Amino acid sequence: MGLSGFFRRRRSVLPGFGLTLGLTLLYLSLIVLIPLSATFLKASTAGWSAFWHTVTEPRALASYRVTFGAAFIGALVNALMGLVVAWVLVRYHFPGRRMLDALVDLPFALPTAVAGITLTTLLSAHGWIGRYLEPLGIKAAFSPLGIVIALTFIGLPFVVRTVQPVLQALDPELEEGAASLGAGRWQTFRRVIAPELWPALLTGFALAFARAVGEYGSVVFISGNMPMRTEITPLLIITKLEQYDYAGATAIGVVMLVISFAMLLSINMLHWWSGKRYA
Amino acid sequence: MRWRTVWLFVLLCLGVGAGTAFAEHTVTLLNVSYDPTRELYQDYNAAFAKHWKETTGTTVTVNQSHGGSGKQARAVIDGLEADVVTLALAYDIEAIHEKAQLLPKNWQARLPHNSAPYTSTIVFLVRQGNPKQIRDWDDLIRPGVSVITPNPKTSGGARWNYLAAWGYALKQGGDEAKAKAFIGQLFKHVPVLDSGARGSLTTFIERGIGDVLLAWEHEALLASRELGPGRFEIVAPSASILAEPPVALIDRVVDRRGTRAVAQAYLEYLYSEQGQEIAAKHYYRPRLRAVIARYAQQFPQITLFTLEELFGTWQQAHATHFKDGGIFDQIYQPGR
Repeated sequence: MGLSGFFRRRRSVLPGFGLTLGLTLLYLSLIVLIPLSATFLKASTAGWSAFWHTVTEPRALASYRVTFGAAFIGALVNALMGLVVAWVLVRYHFPGRRMLDALVDLPFALPTAVAGITLTTLLSAHGWIGRYLEPLGIKAAFSPLGIVIALTFIGLPFVVRTVQPVLQALDPELEEGAASLGAGRWQTFRRVIAPELWPALLTGFALAFARAVGEYGSVVFISGNMPMRTEITPLLIITKLEQYDYAGATAIGVVMLVISFAMLLSINMLHWWSGKRYA
Repeated sequence: MRWRTVWLFVLLCLGVGAGTAFAEHTVTLLNVSYDPTRELYQDYNAAFAKHWKETTGTTVTVNQSHGGSGKQARAVIDGLEADVVTLALAYDIEAIHEKAQLLPKNWQARLPHNSAPYTSTIVFLVRQGNPKQIRDWDDLIRPGVSVITPNPKTSGGARWNYLAAWGYALKQGGDEAKAKAFIGQLFKHVPVLDSGARGSLTTFIERGIGDVLLAWEHEALLASRELGPGRFEIVAPSASILAEPPVALIDRVVDRRGTRAVAQAYLEYLYSEQGQEIAAKHYYRPRLRAVIARYAQQFPQITLFTLEELFGTWQQAHATHFKDGGIFDQIYQPGR
């Protein structure tokens, strides 16, 4: 998002740059950087070899795979379905549209533990949905699939809410123009609509992904927490804390931070690159 | 207009002053406890407040905080001002001593019975009629039996479950290797590892998953009598562990707040006949003979072994079994 623009900024015609930048840096330091550096400091108390040993244990590695894999799939599903939802909400007018619109934000408002318990109740072997899935051989609760479902649930609003305003601003006349110039439907979508939506979609994806990686409350209920199979990284952190192993817990936390930051940064780069390509 | 403001201000000051003066005659205590003791301490706090008012004339209000035992201990270490802690295992109170020195090393010897005024044990909760015919620990590892227990890495109760199973295997004349094999087998029958004891109870009762729940005796009694009468029954294994959830005074806090006398009395009253009666009513096993006799019907006969007898201290038990890379981890990561 703004990262690339920030460095290339020269002089602005708007006054107040110094003051607002100062405030921004102060605010970000207080809210984000200080807690994060404390995490790094705490993690370093154990020494490098202990750190490396903790973060590369097979169990830790398995948990990264589960967490980042499930978060990625969840965000991907949300990117696709969120786009469709946003499209329907913006482009079509039908009774109950506002209700539907409000419904999108519910996963934001619901405490995640409530979401987790509800989903588990629905999807477990005797639940309303689970009882029909079980005979088909689909184990929805207490499996990686359950984690993906929970993470999809909590990430839904991000894509819808980032794509919606862009779609709203997109003039349908553009599409009509493309059609009148002889473009097919697919061509119009690919060459006219997609370039406009792409950055918002990426942002939504990144937000949903980042949110899902850190999610704990809902997942612990539905995952079953089996070591090596459905144990998410945040749970691993809790088990370390339960042993009063603060250094180990923060070590795992640092790894999550670094991976997340690298992924968000690369998404931003992609963003910037696609913005340049279509500009 | 101006005078009205002044008057309001004066009134407000008077109100606050009166409030503070009134507050001087009341003492507040904070008892930081673990999850399943909520109802027990609700009753106990009321009884103790009455007792304290009668003997000293001061009003005492006891505030409660509940959560996972380890999480609560961490909160106290990080500065939650607990006058007393009443946790699931000595390991967590030991951690408060080790990490923050808020109480002395000999804390467990300061009150009778290892500072555990009431005890409990680990029993089986099965579905009505016991369809899988589960009678003892060996039945848990029969093919087709599914066992629900929380994760010992995150739950204090689950550590008692694990140690009870291990102790049973040892008591059967097995050695360390046999016990390890038994525990390994047992956890192969566990489909879900909830993060806490209440979570497991929900999995078993509400979601109908599993054939048997390993549970605190007081939770099992509560479930079979109050949550779902006629839906579950308790099976007492031939042997189990004597779980001793300890209580302790947090010296640094009570000395700073000047609440030592009342906090001490609060813990001691747990050992009195009234305190023991309340514990028994909430399905904890009392220590006092008179009360044990009165509630004998309620608690099944089980041969109980203690943690000290088989594992030494909690610190040792933890290092061998629950530490990262310990025996519990080896079940899921063989060959380490």
